[in-house]
Amino acid sequence: MHAIQVEHLTKRYGDVLAVDDISFQAQTGATIGLLGGNGAGKTTTIAMLLGLLVPTSGRITILGHDMATDRFAALARMNFSSPYVALPHRPTVAQNLRVYGHLYNVPKLERRIGELAEELNLTAILDRPAGQLSAGQKTRVALAKALINRPDVLLLDEPTASLDPDTGDLVRSWLERYRAVSGCTILLASHNMAEVERLCSHVLVLKQGRVVDRGSPGDLLQRYGQQNLEEVFLDIARDRQQASDTGPDGRAAEDGAAWTESGKEASL
Amino acid sequence: MIRRIWGLMYRHLALYRRSWPRLLELCYWPILQMCIWGFTANYLAARTGNTLLGAGATLLGGVLLWEVTLRSQMGLSISFMEEMWSRNLGHVFVSPVRPFEMIAALIGMSIIRMTVGVLPAILLAWAFYAFNLFSLGPILVLFFINLMIMGWAVALGVVSLILRHGAGAEALAWGVLFGLAPFSAVFYPISVLPWFIQPLAQILPSAHVFEGMRAILLHGEIRWDHLAAAFGLNLLWLAGAALLFARQFHAARVSGALISIGE
Repeated sequence: MHAIQVEHLTKRYGDVLAVDDISFQAQTGATIGLLGGNGAGKTTTIAMLLGLLVPTSGRITILGHDMATDRFAALARMNFSSPYVALPHRPTVAQNLRVYGHLYNVPKLERRIGELAEELNLTAILDRPAGQLSAGQKTRVALAKALINRPDVLLLDEPTASLDPDTGDLVRSWLERYRAVSGCTILLASHNMAEVERLCSHVLVLKQGRVVDRGSPGDLLQRYGQQNLEEVFLDIARDRQQASDTGPDGRAAEDGAAWTESGKEASL
Repeated sequence: MIRRIWGLMYRHLALYRRSWPRLLELCYWPILQMCIWGFTANYLAARTGNTLLGAGATLLGGVLLWEVTLRSQMGLSISFMEEMWSRNLGHVFVSPVRPFEMIAALIGMSIIRMTVGVLPAILLAWAFYAFNLFSLGPILVLFFINLMIMGWAVALGVVSLILRHGAGAEALAWGVLFGLAPFSAVFYPISVLPWFIQPLAQILPSAHVFEGMRAILLHGEIRWDHLAAAFGLNLLWLAGAALLFARQFHAARVSGALISIGE
């Protein structure tokens, strides 16, 4: 079963095409990376997946629920974290987690908060206002909020942005463990290529709202003849050709352009 | 559903538990208004040789009941804006919270904020000026209900404008009801207004409540016709405001305002 199914998704703001006819599917338990420069359409795509933004056209199905007609059933089994969408600053960490526990109807809420506090090393800061935390602490609290309802689909927008390497590694390790234990499907937007290589089984590369390439990190490295995803990212961003001059399914790219598969189905 | 509504209210209540200035702010203006109008009523009563239970009482009753409308409206609008200021709407609306549950929570907070704000003023009016608003009898409950509903309807309109125009519409949360006060017949009957303004007063639920209040205080008469008009108009106001909110909420999901609002 596909946890996430996106078909011909488009978002237009007036004359600006923010997301242009993208399609993809994510199997249950997969971790999908969403790569792309600033303004590539990653955040817009995530906002549409979360139901915050209504697509101009296209269809999103998450955990079997059509987001246009049945989004609340899907939202109860999803969650989201982004360092750019902070939790309210004045309530304490425990109060924030309690609020979201109620919103997601989490059973045995205090026990769940205790578990998350222990696993994410939050016990000492539970009674501190969220606004007084360091960046690393805020990220761990945001992650605790994102996991409060044990989501089946987790959407993460640059989950380790502005973190020191140690805290970033801690967060990545924790995500790996959570995915292994829960079988959760993760969609991860990131500018950290090492993180994407480490966590993601498949990658979608967005540019100007379109999916310009996709595949496993290994496939992309091979296709572009590079040692790491950062070089692949630069190749795509600067319109350099792929090494093999073929698309992700082996078809030849037309006119030497980077392979574009926007609007075509691809199961990840 | 109940738990999600409680969750949204808990977020606000937790703030009040941690901050006595926030609590003080709720009752500061109602008490101040009551004192100003209480002294004015006392002065007028002394000048005309009447007891306070006359024209002066209608002033105090008017100011206290008007605070019910005002605090109900501000309680809902400001609770929504606190979600907006803390950039929390994005988190709330990616959870399974339905928009009507959000509104229910905001109404719950409005009732709490209004009660905490207005009740001390009512009790102090009793203590300072021997004016007992509860002497109006059980019908006071119906007055309160009507004035609160009108406050919520206006607040939903304000919230809808904030969703449409962003933070630029925030100022309306504080000022919009003051614009309706002259036509609400808070301190004088509708008949005092110029003839061309009277139709405007007639479509305000609050004007009918205050006419009803004066009928009791001055003539000991319950005007059911005014109460029926207030309930009927409130039904229309609330339905209109709910429709406007639903449309603006959908428009905000189309434009992306739910993500960027508060900037």
